[in-house]
Amino acid sequence: MELSENQKIVINRHVEAFLDKPGALLPLMHAIQDDLGFVPEDSYPIISKAYNLSVAEIHGFVTFYHHFRTHPSGKNILQVCRAESCQAMGSEDIESYCKEKLGIDYHQTTKDDAITLEPVYCLGNCACSPAVMINDKVVGRVTTDKIDSIIKAYK
Amino acid sequence: MTYKIYIPIDSTSLSLGANEVYEEIKREALKREVDLTIIRNGSRGLFWLEPLVEVETSNGRVAFGPVAVDDIKNLFDQEFYIGKDGDLCLGLTDELYWLKNQERLTFARVGITDPVNINDYEKYDGFKGLKNALKLDSQSIVKTMTDSGLRGRGGAAFPTGIKWQTVLDTPSDTKYIVCNADEGDSGTFSDRMIMENDPFVLIEGMIIAGIAVGAEYGYIYLRSEYPDAQKVLNKAIETAKNKGFLGSNILGSKYNFNLEVTKAAGAYICGEETSLLESLEGKRGMVRYKPPLPAIEGLYGQPTVVNNVITLATVPIILDKGSEFYANYGMGRSKGTLPIQLAGNLKQTGLIEKAFGISLRELLYDFGGGSFSGKPIKAVQVGGPLGAFLPEQQFDTPLDYEKFSELNAVVGHGGIVAFDDTTDMSKMARYSFEFCAIESCGKCTPCRIGSTRGMEVIDKIKAGIDQNKNEKLLRDLGDTMVNGSLCAMGGMTPSPVISALNFFPRDFGLEKRET
Repeated sequence: MELSENQKIVINRHVEAFLDKPGALLPLMHAIQDDLGFVPEDSYPIISKAYNLSVAEIHGFVTFYHHFRTHPSGKNILQVCRAESCQAMGSEDIESYCKEKLGIDYHQTTKDDAITLEPVYCLGNCACSPAVMINDKVVGRVTTDKIDSIIKAYK
Repeated sequence: MTYKIYIPIDSTSLSLGANEVYEEIKREALKREVDLTIIRNGSRGLFWLEPLVEVETSNGRVAFGPVAVDDIKNLFDQEFYIGKDGDLCLGLTDELYWLKNQERLTFARVGITDPVNINDYEKYDGFKGLKNALKLDSQSIVKTMTDSGLRGRGGAAFPTGIKWQTVLDTPSDTKYIVCNADEGDSGTFSDRMIMENDPFVLIEGMIIAGIAVGAEYGYIYLRSEYPDAQKVLNKAIETAKNKGFLGSNILGSKYNFNLEVTKAAGAYICGEETSLLESLEGKRGMVRYKPPLPAIEGLYGQPTVVNNVITLATVPIILDKGSEFYANYGMGRSKGTLPIQLAGNLKQTGLIEKAFGISLRELLYDFGGGSFSGKPIKAVQVGGPLGAFLPEQQFDTPLDYEKFSELNAVVGHGGIVAFDDTTDMSKMARYSFEFCAIESCGKCTPCRIGSTRGMEVIDKIKAGIDQNKNEKLLRDLGDTMVNGSLCAMGGMTPSPVISALNFFPRDFGLEKRET
C-alpha cells in the first residue's frame, strides 16, 4: 500500500518535529498513529533516513509494542480486559460474547469497519471488573447488556 | 445560599457513570433552582460505592452512593444537598469503616481535593516537603529517605534511600529521575489513582528526588492504557511550571527541575526498569544486563533514579513529617504504609492504605466483605500476574515483605485479586504462562520459549498424559525459568504456576497429596 500525499505530509511533519528529541521513536510513532490511525510500513524508509536507523530497527521497534498497528483499524477500538481480576469476575464470558456478537476474533474488524476488537491486559479498573475500553472510555462492571449498548452506540 | 457537593472524576468512577451523574445533577439543580457548587474531586477509593456523591455540611462531608442517574430526582426530593439522611445516604464519609480504619499518608489528600487545583493542594499540606527539602543539603535529604525505611513500592522493595545514595555518589553532569508509571499488574490501580487524583504529590516527590541526587530532568513513563492520567498529569505539570515549582530556580533556589510525561505503548515488560529505560531511549523494550545498575548507568548511560509512582509520591510526606514519623508505622523491616488494592471477586473493592502488618484475612473479610459472588474465596493472588496464589490456609499471613517471601510469595505493588471456588486454578496457571509468552521481551530463552512449553505441559497433565513425568517436567521448567532469566518476568512466572500446582493439584487432575 503506497502512502497517500496526505499521509506523506503528516509523516514528514512529525518526523521533522521530533528530530532533536532524545528517544524520539516512541512519541513519533504515537503522533503518526494518532493522526493516521496506524503506522504505515511505507513510513519506515522516511523515518530510517531522517533518524539514521535501519528499516529493520524501525520495524523491530513498531512490532515490539502491542499498541502500535501497521494496518488501519476500524472506526472504533473495543478493548476487552483479559487480566486476572477481570477473569475472577467472568471476563471470559464477556470475551466470547463480544466475539460472537461482532462475528470477529481478536485483532479483527467488523465488516462495516465500525469496531476493531482487541484484548488488553489490565485497564487499572480492577476494582470494578470486568472492564472494557471503547476508544478512550473505560466501562466497568461490564455485563452482556452493557456490551450490547456499547455496540449499538458505536456501530 | 449555595450548597457544595463533590462528584469524583477518577476513571473508575467515570467507568461507572460519574459524568452522567454529574450532568444529571446539574440539570436537576437548574430545574429546581437549587444553587449548587459542584467540585470534581478524586475518588475516596470505595469503588463499590461509586459514583459516590458527597455533600459538605457543618459536621463534615456526608456521602451518598452508589448514585445512578435514575436516583437523582429522588435524591433532590429528599434534599440530599443539605446532607439530609435519606435513600443512599451513608452518613459522614470519614466515619465509614473503610476510611476510618486506614492510615492514609501517601493518599492523605486523595478524594478530598480537586486534583488539578494547586491551591487545594497547598491548603492540604502540599509542597511542605519540598520547602523543607530546599533547606537541607542533598546528603541530608537522602539520609532522611534512608532513615524512613521506605522501600520501592513498585514491587522489588529495594530501599529507596540506598538507591538515591548511589545516584548521589556517582559523579556526572547529567542525571535523571524516571518515574515508573507503567502499572501493568492486574489488580493494581494505586499509581493510577495518585496520578489522576493527586498529581502534584508525584510532581513534588520527583522534584525532591532531583534536588537530592543532583538531577535536573525527569520523565514519567506512563502506560498508554491510562489516557485520563496523562491529561491530568500534563495539566498539573503546566500549573506547577506557572507557579514556579518546576523550571529554573525553583521557588527562588539554585535548583532547576523539568519534567515530561512519555506515553508508553502497551508492553508489560516495560514495567521492568531496564526495559523501561530502553523504551524511553526509543528502542525495543529489551531487558538489560545488570550490572551496571541504572543508578550508575541508567538513561542514556547516566546515573538514574528509577522509582515507582507510589515510592515517589511518598517522598513529600517523609520530608514534611520526618523519617521517624514514617518509620513508626509498619512492622519489622517493612516500614511505613502500603496502599493496598482490593480487586477481583470481592464485595467491597478499592484502595486501602494501611501500615504493614495487617493480615490478608482482615483485608478480604473486614474490608472486602467476602466474595462478590457469595461463594467461598478459594485463593488470592497478591502482587500482580507474577505473584503466587495463596490459599485459605495462608490468609493469616501479615502483609510484610519478609513474611511473604518465606511463603515464596510477594507483596509486590500491593494488589490483591480474589478468586471464588468456581475458579479452576490450573486454568489460571496456564494463563500465567500464556501471559508470559505474550509479554516476554524474548531476550532469555527460558522465558521466551519456556512459557509456551509450559502451556503445553499443563495441557498434557490435564489430559492425563504421563502425569508424573509431566509434573516433574513442569517443576523443572519452573526451576530453569527462575534461575535462568535476567528479570522478574521469566524469573517469577513460575511462582503462580507452582503455587497453583502445590495447593490445588486436583484442578490439574492430579491426586491430592501433602504439600
